[in-house]
Amino acid sequence: MSTDTTAGRGPDHRRSTVNRLSAENVTLAYDQRVIAEQLSVEIPDNSFTVIVGPNACGKSTLLRALSRMLRPSEGRVLLDGQVIQSMPAKKVARTLGLLPQSSIAPDGITVGDLVGRGRYPHQGLLRQWSAEDERVVQESMAHTGVAELAERYVDELSGGQRQRVWIAMALAQQTPLLLLDEPTTYLDIQHQIDVLDLCADLHEEQGRTLVAVLHDLNHAARYATHLIALRAGKVIAQGAPNDIVTADLVEEVFGLRCQVIDDPETGTPLIVPAARRARAAAGDRGTARKVGAAEAS
Amino acid sequence: MKTNRAVRTPGGLSVRLDVRALTVVVLLLVTALTASVVLIGTGDFPIPAADVLRTLVGEGDAGQEFIVTELRLPRVLVGLLVGASLGLGGALFQSISRNPLGSPDVLGLGQGATAGALTMIVLFSGTANQVTLGALVGGLVTGFAIYALAWKRGVHGYRLVLVGIGVSAIVTAVNGYLLTKSDIVDAARAVVWMTGSLDGRDWDQVWPLLALCAVLVPLVLANSRELRMMEMGDDVSYALGVRVERVRLLLMLSAVLLTASATAAAGPVGFVALTAPQLARRLTRSPGPNLTPAMVMGATLLVTADWVSQRAFGADQLPVGVVTGVLGGGYLLWLLVTERRAGRI
Repeated sequence: MSTDTTAGRGPDHRRSTVNRLSAENVTLAYDQRVIAEQLSVEIPDNSFTVIVGPNACGKSTLLRALSRMLRPSEGRVLLDGQVIQSMPAKKVARTLGLLPQSSIAPDGITVGDLVGRGRYPHQGLLRQWSAEDERVVQESMAHTGVAELAERYVDELSGGQRQRVWIAMALAQQTPLLLLDEPTTYLDIQHQIDVLDLCADLHEEQGRTLVAVLHDLNHAARYATHLIALRAGKVIAQGAPNDIVTADLVEEVFGLRCQVIDDPETGTPLIVPAARRARAAAGDRGTARKVGAAEAS
Repeated sequence: MKTNRAVRTPGGLSVRLDVRALTVVVLLLVTALTASVVLIGTGDFPIPAADVLRTLVGEGDAGQEFIVTELRLPRVLVGLLVGASLGLGGALFQSISRNPLGSPDVLGLGQGATAGALTMIVLFSGTANQVTLGALVGGLVTGFAIYALAWKRGVHGYRLVLVGIGVSAIVTAVNGYLLTKSDIVDAARAVVWMTGSLDGRDWDQVWPLLALCAVLVPLVLANSRELRMMEMGDDVSYALGVRVERVRLLLMLSAVLLTASATAAAGPVGFVALTAPQLARRLTRSPGPNLTPAMVMGATLLVTADWVSQRAFGADQLPVGVVTGVLGGGYLLWLLVTERRAGRI
């Protein structure tokens, strides 16, 4: 992003080649339980990065570390070249937004009021509600299609509408980087697509860098420009979905035999799990055992 | 949104005003002050309101002046300050625990202060000041104990409430033990203290409370925007740039100090901390902690209850804690019934 490239330095040292958000050799743990060790991840600027992996692989934990919710016990997370924990809280909040999995709408709050709270990092004791705040809130609601709901109570909305409202709140924060932890969980299929379309718009039209954790591999392959596949706290593969998603990768990451075909709509990889019988007959004892264990439990 | 107005200056300053909340605060203030003037005029020696006002601005006759400024004014001021502290402390606790039941009464701060006061009365036959000090220490220790026990990667609502109820049960048992050990004179004194009363409060109680409020109220109000953000959960507020743990520790500490010192001054006046924030919230119809309305509501409630206790049952026959207990208890039941209908409990 910076233009102050010093003359005399080689092109390899240009700062614009350094991505704004990255994790360097981080060890992530909750108390004594280690989730990931020596994990390094770069979030390419202007990408729609999606992190995928089986349950408990550390994908949400990684997102929490990238958004400074979790302090790495070793290594560091860098935002614009600075260790994220060392930066002023509000400054980070103007650069990097996070939509967590669990958020609580206060009792009796209206949509407009909730979205307005996203302006907090831009405000102060003497600058509580500027004309700019007002404009950004209106824009964020218009963009997520909740402008007509502005006077409604958040409690009365459907799950899909509510998720749009929370995204609008994160948008009002006006951060170039936006992290979303499983934004489609608990939504039915048309609302899942709805939210993902919205994310794609934010990425394509507004040029924001998006990082999302998603459960659905096919959604990830369709919407991501950059995919990070995690297993047991390690990056197994990363890159454009078309380049990295193969049957072997899916088996390695998820332990699932499958075919990967071209999505007839978009040409992106589409994962079709192998039929149960085919998986059992394949003679791959590792997979068969896993399937057996899954069925037994 | 509808009642929110932003006031902006060309210099780029902007202040957000909730017109309805502001109206509520002004009306409550007027009510509290009116009740105070009436209360000063009430007693064995009634004084008309006009004379009370004249005396307050320094133009009354000497006899009235003594009664007003030496006897009744400090009592009313203690009432206002105690009510405001309890209302504000209650609003803070309820907002932090995200639970209307997370107020100091339920969490055992009142019982903790009582334990401190009883220890002084029963074991040491302490003077009034020593009892006050004991209550203050008891309240503070209980507050810190609850915070320390509820601490687990941040204090969370239900955990805080459950730990508070547990602590409250233990301290209540200790209080019962202390009462059974006391002789009849001490026991009577203890029971009067435990109901909460404004009888005989003078300037010695006013100054420390006033000083504490002068420091804590601005400090708390300066953090009210952060508290409002924290209602959306730790993750969201942290992502918005709120230093969640720091703000919470600061506000909990302030709430414990406010509640403990109010209890030390007037005894555990029941239910003001629980009901004032809830009543204020229903009047302003505004989400958020409603700190200022809760504070003013607490002051209004306590002074009004004190007036009721004097008018309805003759001078000083009924301690104010009994009235707030009845009002607050009735309100709590109503709250529980309606919340149950709304499917929240």
